[in-house]
Amino acid sequence: MTQLDTSRRFADPDSAYRALIDAHRGLTDEDSAVLNTRLVLLLANHIGDAQVVAQAIELAKGAKAIAENQSA
Amino acid sequence: MTAQGRKSVFSFGYARHRDQDAPQPVKHRAIVVGAGPVGLACAIDLKLRGVDVVIIDDADRIGEGSRGICYSKRALEILDRLGAGQACVEKGVVWKIGKVFSRNDQVHQFDLLPEDGHKMPAFINLQQYYLEKYLVERAAELGVLVRWRNKLVSMTRRSDGVSISIETPDGHYQLDTQWLIAADGARSTIRDLMGLEWRGEVFEDRFLIADVKMTGEFPPERWFWFEPPFHHGHSALLHKQPDDVWRIDLQLGPQADAKTEQQPERVIPRIRQMLGHDKFELEWVSLYTFQCRRIGRFVHGRIVFIGDAAHQVSPFGARGANSGIQDAENLAWKLALVLRGEADESLIETYHTERSAAADENILHSTRSTDFIAPRSAQEMRFRDAVLDLARHAPFASGMINSGRLSTPATYASILSTLDEDLWTSSIACGAPVPDAPLTDAQGSPVWFLDALGGEETLVVFGDQSPQASCRIVRIGADLHDTRGLLAKRLDATDGSAFLFRADQHLAARWRKPEAAVIAKAVARMRGQELNASSKLAAAQ
Repeated sequence: MTQLDTSRRFADPDSAYRALIDAHRGLTDEDSAVLNTRLVLLLANHIGDAQVVAQAIELAKGAKAIAENQSA
Repeated sequence: MTAQGRKSVFSFGYARHRDQDAPQPVKHRAIVVGAGPVGLACAIDLKLRGVDVVIIDDADRIGEGSRGICYSKRALEILDRLGAGQACVEKGVVWKIGKVFSRNDQVHQFDLLPEDGHKMPAFINLQQYYLEKYLVERAAELGVLVRWRNKLVSMTRRSDGVSISIETPDGHYQLDTQWLIAADGARSTIRDLMGLEWRGEVFEDRFLIADVKMTGEFPPERWFWFEPPFHHGHSALLHKQPDDVWRIDLQLGPQADAKTEQQPERVIPRIRQMLGHDKFELEWVSLYTFQCRRIGRFVHGRIVFIGDAAHQVSPFGARGANSGIQDAENLAWKLALVLRGEADESLIETYHTERSAAADENILHSTRSTDFIAPRSAQEMRFRDAVLDLARHAPFASGMINSGRLSTPATYASILSTLDEDLWTSSIACGAPVPDAPLTDAQGSPVWFLDALGGEETLVVFGDQSPQASCRIVRIGADLHDTRGLLAKRLDATDGSAFLFRADQHLAARWRKPEAAVIAKAVARMRGQELNASSKLAAAQ
């Protein structure tokens, strides 16, 4: 089974981050949500492995739960 | 401006200069306007290279707060060559570890210099006024006396120089100079007089800087917090300076009021909350916003802009003064060659191309850090917080945490470099500053490689070779010995390899087994002589 790769894959992570920020700059919050949704679908399709996507969903949900616990 | 009236740390008197009594404006070769770290570094470097230089400043004191406090390894190496580095390192707080916290937890740690065998540390923290004082003293030692309270008020540009009018406590006088170096800072008078515009971004978030005096309970590390419990919803930075002074940087958001926020009754409770006690004294408080921007061209005929007068960045990353000192060094050797008639004036254009590219790199890093530290929208904030949260579980995310990417020197993609023809596996590229290494001299005494290079163009040759070159040759294995093998390792040198270094210690060319002809060509190219030949050729066509 392919594992979700969470290692550092970008040679220049700051540039990858900036590309996302740039894509959203000037958008309303709703337009940003739409953009993110499209991005998720495109990237999930690019991965093309339901198990990897499932692992990513799990990790993303987990990270959120931890964050909420801490601010509580 | 200050919370506790500490207006100046070091004062200097105005002294009338004999130029002020001359019947005609006295002619100089180079005048530096602005005696901050960058202007002083440039004046000292020029003087060391045999250029008699005048330096003027409209103030008569150094002080009003610690200001720029982080000095990078490369800036320290330059300052060391200028004769002020040792004093800085002795006084400064050496550090290399940075820690990043999100809420209560550490989410990231970095080590800026994980290897030994370098004379200079990765970073020191030092109040800017100490650096300026050491530089003023060093300049005086070399016979360069800052003309304090000399304010440039107007100027007339010519193709072969600039006439400037200077206001002093006892009236105006005129000077004439072949080259005018604008090191007059972010509010550059020279830039204003020329009407040059900034290009770039102005950020709205306000930040509070406070220096507090206390005996430390924190290690000498850079600690950065995103949304710490003691400063809800914002970021905070803690950094140690000499004299038991701690720099605290608190993000206040775009709405903060400059006047109110600097009141001690407002500042002290914030710091008390951060430190968890009130056993501290407030030394200096300042509120700032910042810009990431530059002027289009750094060279305008005989006027050259260096440091903050040419470019500005956010403070996260310590890229302001550190890049300015590199500007000073880049310009000094070129200007000295031009003034000695050994290079064409077109060499100064490479100051613009090299240092404006470096400024762009600094602005890029600085802008990205600012995006992360001060998100502009709810969505940007979500990205930021997601990275911080994921960093606890996913290694990739800690690489995206950006609390400031600390100053690294630029590698010049320069027409002064000779392109590699051989294969090299070292991490440095042509145009990069050379890494230091510990060597021994013929008598077996330790010598640092950068001290051996100094400010002179040098061909460094490994092994039992005796090539010809029209610059100094240092043979590793004969003149100096790479006992620990670190220099060879850092340069990926093999027997017969040769490395040509510019007068600013940047790598200009390298070969595995060079012929004399290619070395001669590379030396000419490095001095801008090839450049000159090709532009003449272009003009003739």
